[in-house]
Amino acid sequence: MLAFSDLWPPIALTLSLASITTAILLVIGTPIAWWLARSQWRWKEAVGAVVSLPLVLPPTVLGFYLLLMLGPYGPGGAIAGLWGGRTLAFSFWGLVIGSVIYSMPFVVQPIRNAFEAMGNRPMEVAATLRASPLDRFLTVALPLARPGFLSGAVLGFAHTVGEFGVVLMIGGNIPGQTKVLSIAIYDYVERLQWMEAHILSLGMVIFAFLVIFITLSIDKRVARVRA
Amino acid sequence: MTSLSAAFTGELGAFRLDVAFDAPLDGVTALFGPSGSGKTTVLRAIAGLEHLKGRCALGRHVWQDALHFVPVHKRGIGYVFQEPSLFPHLSVRANLLYGNRRARGARAITFDAVVELLKIWKLLDRAPERLSGGERQRVSLGRALLSQPRLLLLDEPMSALDRGAKEEILPYFEALHTALGLPMILVSHDIAEVERLASHMLLMSNGKITASGPLNVLLTRPDLPFHQNRDAAAVLTARVVGQESDGLAALDIAGQRLLVAGEAGAPGDAVRVRIMARDVSLAVEPPSRTTILNILKAEITAIEALRGPDAAVTLGLGNQTLLARITQRSVAALDLRVGQPVFAQVKGVALVTGPAQ
Repeated sequence: MLAFSDLWPPIALTLSLASITTAILLVIGTPIAWWLARSQWRWKEAVGAVVSLPLVLPPTVLGFYLLLMLGPYGPGGAIAGLWGGRTLAFSFWGLVIGSVIYSMPFVVQPIRNAFEAMGNRPMEVAATLRASPLDRFLTVALPLARPGFLSGAVLGFAHTVGEFGVVLMIGGNIPGQTKVLSIAIYDYVERLQWMEAHILSLGMVIFAFLVIFITLSIDKRVARVRA
Repeated sequence: MTSLSAAFTGELGAFRLDVAFDAPLDGVTALFGPSGSGKTTVLRAIAGLEHLKGRCALGRHVWQDALHFVPVHKRGIGYVFQEPSLFPHLSVRANLLYGNRRARGARAITFDAVVELLKIWKLLDRAPERLSGGERQRVSLGRALLSQPRLLLLDEPMSALDRGAKEEILPYFEALHTALGLPMILVSHDIAEVERLASHMLLMSNGKITASGPLNVLLTRPDLPFHQNRDAAAVLTARVVGQESDGLAALDIAGQRLLVAGEAGAPGDAVRVRIMARDVSLAVEPPSRTTILNILKAEITAIEALRGPDAAVTLGLGNQTLLARITQRSVAALDLRVGQPVFAQVKGVALVTGPAQ
């Protein structure tokens, strides 16, 4: 028997997790991307590698370390202590922190690429036209890097929606709190509820198609503008 | 008159950049030299785009010394890059107004005047990607002008353009000084461009300034290579006497008459004329019944045999200098010597705009 009322909470939870994560990533990812694109520091690629680690690491490894960090004996536990909690693990905000770290390269990399493709010249021109550093960042760098922001946001959102391993390690499977879509599908399959698994999975296929389609269209438009 | 006083040192690829100069800021000062001699680096250092060791001051405004480094956006300069570098996300109008909105103080250079001067009113609502190369560079010049600069820095603004676009845009640069009275520093490796635009020249090679002074003094100085070029020319200052009815303008140069095609301006105006060395031939007696209109009495100040059959002759004309390129055979046949008075037959004279000293 289908229970649609059971299908909705994981979808809603996933969407809010992905939206919040993407918003946070755009705010903290932009300065990181700018610094990575512009810094002359010799060791900046070490920082770039740390940001990109989640691309290569198995999600369980990342999840394991995150669990230690968020748990009662890590900094996450200390923060949770501020409001009388014991741990940040197995909570929605724990998932947000994990997702931010996990999805960071997917947001930072396209923005960094856009800043690098822009070159130094537009910023120099703006400086000779009396624009202060912040002014020229806002009125020249951001608009010129807009395609990078678009594809960064789309990719960051999509990767957060699709994460499984990290969520399982640090979030567990608490309905309404940490039971996101991918976990729900796993759950339904385990319990042989094929129809529910079908609906959610097909929805994800369509969603994934749209994401890739949109990203490719953006890339194509950028290529045309640069030509 | 304000002047720009600067000194910079720094590493520049294979050699060391080490320059110190004072440039009088009336009209166009050319920073001339071969590619890779460090001209652009010096210009960027003046703008503050490059932070070299040294000092830089425009009149009493100190932009850089041991303690201060005024950032680019506070120097009040205009800069035209080699490539037009318009902002692709803004329309032509928004590009033009970008610096204008941020300029402080009075708007001496108005939007309408710039649009009129550069003839870009038809382009205002277009996107930069839909302009030709020459149009883009005109817009980027207009954008720099509208930021109300105290000093305009031009980094080979015409070198990225093809010949047609170059011919199209040169008159606008020529009109600039006359129309706006704005001091400019022009980086160039094209001597013809410098002769057309500049009144003062800083000569650069291998990271050093090798000579500086009024344009014509350097063009004709025997110890510099210019007078030896195939295209060597002298740029002289003359005064307008009047416009003749046949389309020629009469000028006065060191008390002698010089006729030039075109509109020279009002009587009494100072103008500059460019006379190529190969357009000047010499006679020891006054030539009669000749088609050459302009015959100037001058005195030989130097004769130099060049590689090949030619000789470069430097002529004194009042306190100015004229160049002639003749064959060594003629030098011998007429027994020309330094100090000898001769008649210089000038076959071609071109008016060049820009300020005359």
